[in-house]
Amino acid sequence: MEPLIEIKDVKKLYVMGLEELYALKGVSLDINNNEYVAIMGPSGSGKSTLMNIIGCLDTPSSGEYKLNGKNVNEMEDDELAEIRNKEIGFVFQTFNLLPRINALSNVELPLIYSGKKKDERIELAESALINVGLEDRMNHKPNELSGGQRQRVAIARALVNNPSLILADEPTGNLDTKTGEEIMILFEDLWSKGNTIIIVTHEEEIAQNAHRIIKIRDGLIADDYLSEKGKLIAEKTKQQTISV
Amino acid sequence: MKFFSEIKENIAISYQAINSNKLRSLLATLGIVIGITAVTLMQTAIEGINLAFEKSIAAVGADVLYVQKFEWFGTEDWSFYKNRKELTMEQYDFLNKNSQTSTVMAPSTGVTRTVKFKDLSLQNVFVLGTTFEYQEVSGFNMIEGRYFTQRESDGGYPVCVIGTDISDAFFENTDPIGKTIKVGNYNFRIIGVIEKQGSLLGLFSLDNRIIIPLERFFNVFGDKRGLTFNIKAADINNVDETKEEVRWIMRKARKVPYGSADDFGLNAQEAFKSTYESLTGLIKVIGTMITGLSLIVGSIGIANIMFVSVKERTKEVGIRKALGARRSTILSQFLIESSMICLMGGFIGLLIAFPISLIIDAFVLPTAMPLWIVVLALFISLMFGLLAGFFPAYTAAKMDPVDSLRYE
Ligand SMILES: Nc1ncnc2c1ncn2[C@@H]1O[C@H](COP(=O)(O)OP(=O)(O)OP(=O)(O)O)[C@@H](O)[C@H]1O
Ligand SMILES: [Mg+2]
Repeated sequence: MEPLIEIKDVKKLYVMGLEELYALKGVSLDINNNEYVAIMGPSGSGKSTLMNIIGCLDTPSSGEYKLNGKNVNEMEDDELAEIRNKEIGFVFQTFNLLPRINALSNVELPLIYSGKKKDERIELAESALINVGLEDRMNHKPNELSGGQRQRVAIARALVNNPSLILADEPTGNLDTKTGEEIMILFEDLWSKGNTIIIVTHEEEIAQNAHRIIKIRDGLIADDYLSEKGKLIAEKTKQQTISV
Repeated sequence: MKFFSEIKENIAISYQAINSNKLRSLLATLGIVIGITAVTLMQTAIEGINLAFEKSIAAVGADVLYVQKFEWFGTEDWSFYKNRKELTMEQYDFLNKNSQTSTVMAPSTGVTRTVKFKDLSLQNVFVLGTTFEYQEVSGFNMIEGRYFTQRESDGGYPVCVIGTDISDAFFENTDPIGKTIKVGNYNFRIIGVIEKQGSLLGLFSLDNRIIIPLERFFNVFGDKRGLTFNIKAADINNVDETKEEVRWIMRKARKVPYGSADDFGLNAQEAFKSTYESLTGLIKVIGTMITGLSLIVGSIGIANIMFVSVKERTKEVGIRKALGARRSTILSQFLIESSMICLMGGFIGLLIAFPISLIIDAFVLPTAMPLWIVVLALFISLMFGLLAGFFPAYTAAKMDPVDSLRYE
């Protein structure tokens, strides 16, 4: 089976005046459908840069990135916008909700850009908010919600268009441990429904929720291994295959 | 389909943005408000003055030609005109016999005299001597009595019809018909009163007139006065044809040698119009340009605010792009926002201009605000909105999503 994400020798160069900086120095990586991956690494190592490229928000300076077999390097701006809209759900550390509109309208946004009708939008946005447990907070504006609730709104927004790939850049970074764990339960649930999930995190406990852990250092992949959970699951599937 | 739903959504988004920033939007559009108020007032004034002008020359008649010794608005030196001879009744008869493209014509002449009734008197009344055809040429109606008949006209009967100024002055409470008035030293019996006609260009009252049979006029006031030939063209849409015909017949009647200029004036309402237009045209253009300038200043204000607004909402643009908004969507969002702000300004401008135009109309000048001015004002505001919003919207559209998401 073809991997969902195929990254080959991707580099990202930032030029600031005379200074040149490689945020990514040649990353190669395959991620399959329905994997649950955590990306870890010190600050400034290039995690967000990699996530932005995977999420089609940014393009690599060199190297190749294929999503679903399609070469992202060659895509026009509008095509990238459509992929961000339909295939990818992004969850940010700072939530990135629009402050002036309520939770429901925030969740509606991706549906507006995919051209859905008002009725359908409301219905989908409501059920997405119910899924993250916010049925009684739909008409609240972001500043009337707690941090955890805001992140739930952001997750509902990421999920509302039914994307296959969920990207979360430090989704628990601004939350306390307990709220963070609640959010991780949501991700676990999404994974079990068949989504592919990639999260960036600093925290070992959070990373242990994923099944595969990729460590980045200085713009290069330093390590790529299965977590305890991942080993368990791998074990299970193996046994299943044997018993069949 | 997609295009329209996108515009619809962007209108909703812009409404949101404007609504949550009411005061700023209002201040931003102040320039447009002032601009549209100024442009609209200017246009209503121009329109009003035009209408007033048309009304004031209506009595001249759009389909009536006046052959006279002089042009109304001659532009040559006096030496060019000084040897001209008066028009004569022989020339009139020749013209009347030969003209094919006119329905009816009448010769006329006039003097000013003092008019008396019992111990009341009016000075400087215009006494017009003409024939029975004159009413048809001129097209006025009688409010009392009747106009004189061919028999009275040809026979030079001492009868007259009077304007409303005279009937108001002499016969406030009595019936003027049948009364005898003294025009100069001669008695005339009143047989009719002409409906109120107003004045020509607001200067020369057409109601301060007495009309008597031309024959009588010649008898009592002499027949050496210059004549005017009043000619009604057969086709109001083809007055020029009649004009040319009359010109050639008159040249023949007056024996003007081939190749030399006419020695008479061939006048029509149009002469007023072209003179009016040459006098007011430049004023209108300059007025429109000056008021238009205020719109340009106003739209610079909008552009300025839109730049600030786009900068402030960099993060919003980043979020929208991350969620799948295309460049064109962002472009149209901000274009629509600036157009809506300008439209709002235009609308407020109209709301301000309308009562002001009524006040001006009541106290200063006639004004008129037809629908086309309203539509044009809103259209102009929309255009300026698009113009002012374009560069800010373009900056927003081409923002890099990652950079704008990082923006604080
Ligand atoms: N727009 C930019 N211009 C210049 N340099 C940049 C830009 N964006 C990122 N960088 C640099 O690229 C490197 C990688 O940045 P990145 O944001 O990917 O780090 P990170 O691993 O996500 O760090 P953190 O854990 O702190 O979020 C950093 O050294 C950063 O300074
Ligand atoms: Mg980061």
